[in-house]
Amino acid sequence: MTTTMDMRPMPLPAETTASKDAAEAKIAMSVRNLKAGYAGGAPVLKGVNLEIREKTVTAIIGPSGCGKSTLIRCLNRMHEAIPGATADGEILIGGRNALELDPVVLRRAVGMVFQRPNPFPTMSIAQNVAAGLTLNGVHDRAILAEAVEKSLRRAALWDEVKDKLDAPGVGLSGGQQQRLCIARALAVEPAILLLDEPCSALDPIATGRIEELLIQIKEQLTVVIVTHNMQQAARVSEYTVFMLMGEMVEYGLTRKMFTQPVDKRTEDYITGRFG
Amino acid sequence: MNAAVADRVRKVPGSRERAGDRLFRLIITAFAGIILFAAAALAWQLTRESLGTWKAFGASFLWTSTWDPVNDVFGALPFLYGTAVSSILALLIAVPLGVGAAVFLTELAPKNVAEGLMFAIELLAAVPSVILGLMGIFILVPAMRWAGAPYGVGMLTAGLILALMILPYITTITREVLLTVPRPLKEAMYALGATRWEVVRGVSLPFARSGIIGAVFLSLGRALGETMAVTMVIGNTPRIDFNVLQPGYSMAAVIANELAEAASDAHLSALVAIGLALMGVTVVVNGAARLMIYRLGKRA
Repeated sequence: MTTTMDMRPMPLPAETTASKDAAEAKIAMSVRNLKAGYAGGAPVLKGVNLEIREKTVTAIIGPSGCGKSTLIRCLNRMHEAIPGATADGEILIGGRNALELDPVVLRRAVGMVFQRPNPFPTMSIAQNVAAGLTLNGVHDRAILAEAVEKSLRRAALWDEVKDKLDAPGVGLSGGQQQRLCIARALAVEPAILLLDEPCSALDPIATGRIEELLIQIKEQLTVVIVTHNMQQAARVSEYTVFMLMGEMVEYGLTRKMFTQPVDKRTEDYITGRFG
Repeated sequence: MNAAVADRVRKVPGSRERAGDRLFRLIITAFAGIILFAAAALAWQLTRESLGTWKAFGASFLWTSTWDPVNDVFGALPFLYGTAVSSILALLIAVPLGVGAAVFLTELAPKNVAEGLMFAIELLAAVPSVILGLMGIFILVPAMRWAGAPYGVGMLTAGLILALMILPYITTITREVLLTVPRPLKEAMYALGATRWEVVRGVSLPFARSGIIGAVFLSLGRALGETMAVTMVIGNTPRIDFNVLQPGYSMAAVIANELAEAASDAHLSALVAIGLALMGVTVVVNGAARLMIYRLGKRA
């Protein structure tokens, strides 16, 4: 598939690998020397540098335990929700270090969708979508109804649930539940949406729907997705980050990385030699 | 199957063990049966002993309020009222405190602090009620008198002591239910930009709701039947007074106080009738609690 390239120095991701497309794309978030770990354990992230471009889909791939979930969970500081977790370094968003912001404020701008669909079991479909808005003090029914419809449409779920908005969210199928969770995250109008292996519990058809949806919503916001599925990364993302053992090995345009990886380890991984 | 195998199967030592199994099953079934028998016998005995009262006063025994052993006129309403009011007061005080403590223990307190506190709370559950009653007499009654209760003893005093007694139940059960709230649900709420309090209110408490209701009902069952501590501080006055600072009486307390001194058969029968009513109420309340907890278990 690819030929091994000479061991030329690894280019700095932002400047060279993706330079043509990067020229006009603004940076949504930049990660500088991010180190993270858990209480009593070895560091999971050993100084990651990364720039995420606005209104693109960036995929983070790598074998199990490489730190990709920890990395994405650092981006909206969900990492710290685990007792004893530590994070150090800089995550610049809008010129400010996210690690020093109030996590509550940060998470309203950086939404997240998790591995397993997790709609709130005591809430209806509409209440699930509106949950983030009611948190922010929106209680006007008309505004909420409008936001619910808009978010469900953006999550490509509206047509399937419009007649049963008051039914419990947990009554939907797995794929629908996951799109419900995406709608819930979109309802608060985040600038960045993080998805941590959002399709790992879903069948191929449900997965396909979510991928289509991601390609649509990146017109409006920045998407970062962790996936263990390289085909998925190839299908949905413009940029790919390859992680290994807590380090970022390679970062660049997806099509380039999948055809001409710079690093030997990337090549080994994407050609299926390990992982 | 060839003969050798058949022979070996036949020789498996089994018949003796099987007889042992049968015996064992018989014995433990009998043990379990004793529990049911005891409960049934209790209900039957209470019914039989109280027949005189039901014949004399009918169901109106439960809603008349004259309690006059001298003239053999009996009505249980003041006791029903006292039991209900003191228990409800106890719940009103203990539920917010207990749920709040459980939220603190699961969501806020560092692990070692939580464990230490849980130990203390469970210890509180082990304090004999007569000790709590003594504490009521020596500390709470003077304090209530200072606070404006005419006698110190009274409904609110009983409610406070009961609250202290049921607080460990509510806290322990609520904490256990809160610990079962799935992490991903809480994370989903955090990821929407919720504060800790908003996660507790929006996710944890709704998820734990039926468990908390179960805890409340179990505690209510306990409070309704509590005898010693209540007898010591409620004031033992068979009177319905809507002022909770005034003394009252409870079903359990009147049985404890008067049973040994009941002079007439009618008096004895009336006390047993109160006992039957109390047992009925606690069975219903506990049944409701079990049902709630059972439903919770099915969902989780």
